[in-house]
Amino acid sequence: MNRLRRNWWVAGLLLALAVAVLSPLASPHPDGLERVAEDQGFIDRAQDPPFRVIADYLFPGIQDERLATILAGLLGTVIVFALVFGLSWLIRRRRSRSHDRPVPPSDPGLHADS
Amino acid sequence: MHIPDGFLTTGVSIAAWAASAGGLGYALRRVNKTLGERQVPLMGVTAAFIFAAQMLNFTVIGGTSGHLLGGALAAILLGPWAGTLVLTSVLTVQALLFQDGGLLALGANVFNMALVGVLVGWAVYTLLTRLLGSRAWALFAGGFLAGWLSVELAALAAAAELALSGALAWQVVVPTMGGIHALIGVGEGVITVAVLAFLRVVRPDLLTLGRAAQSSEESVP
Repeated sequence: MNRLRRNWWVAGLLLALAVAVLSPLASPHPDGLERVAEDQGFIDRAQDPPFRVIADYLFPGIQDERLATILAGLLGTVIVFALVFGLSWLIRRRRSRSHDRPVPPSDPGLHADS
Repeated sequence: MHIPDGFLTTGVSIAAWAASAGGLGYALRRVNKTLGERQVPLMGVTAAFIFAAQMLNFTVIGGTSGHLLGGALAAILLGPWAGTLVLTSVLTVQALLFQDGGLLALGANVFNMALVGVLVGWAVYTLLTRLLGSRAWALFAGGFLAGWLSVELAALAAAAELALSGALAWQVVVPTMGGIHALIGVGEGVITVAVLAFLRVVRPDLLTLGRAAQSSEESVP
């Protein structure tokens, strides 16, 4: 339990991955915007994307649609986690570096938008 | 409510990109000043959870579904500016890798969900918890209304972009988008409260990080 408390973010990531595994249970109905676009007759204005990577949340090359959805969801969850963790880690590192040095009172960074 | 390419005119798309770029630049400057050590993993986990939860559409009514946007949740857990960065990251990965939401339309989707959705969620939650205090029911009432209104106003922002693009008349797009998302927003409110209630039991300290980030910034001279 103590280890879980220290590494709470590992538990959080596992929870997010568990939600991704549930993704085949998602409602197949169009979402609110798609519903309005269909009812009002402008859904056909939607253009095909210029490239496709994992379009429609289906991992390419996998026949079983549920498995393809789960794999896409797991991959996306890991990528989003890594991207945001990395981005905020970089911001944090920059911040602690600038805090190591004494900040001159006229530092414009502190007053830029306060 | 991820807008695909083709729904908006190029002019509206570029204007939305400009507004989003400005908002993001501001969010980055603010986060640069306030990001705490413990927020680094919390930002990653929140983003991962929102991405996964956005895949889980729930049926609302008449063959229509909705899914969590997570703007209010991110704002409550992380503060408004870190929340904006989290939602923007989720939307960017969805557009680039999953072809969910257009590329030219990404500026509009960031504006609606990462800026309007997050900031409205933050404003409502802050206002209500200041009025009602930090008792459990006040957190939950604040979370529900923040979730509901963040979805409703994000949908109305999307409706405005559609109207400005000439896709639909104002008097049609505002009630249709506003009406269906008033229902989807109930799901948003319920999920937001469920996550807050869960965290309140397992890690109540995480519920105060967002406000701490904001108030540590306010105390900067």
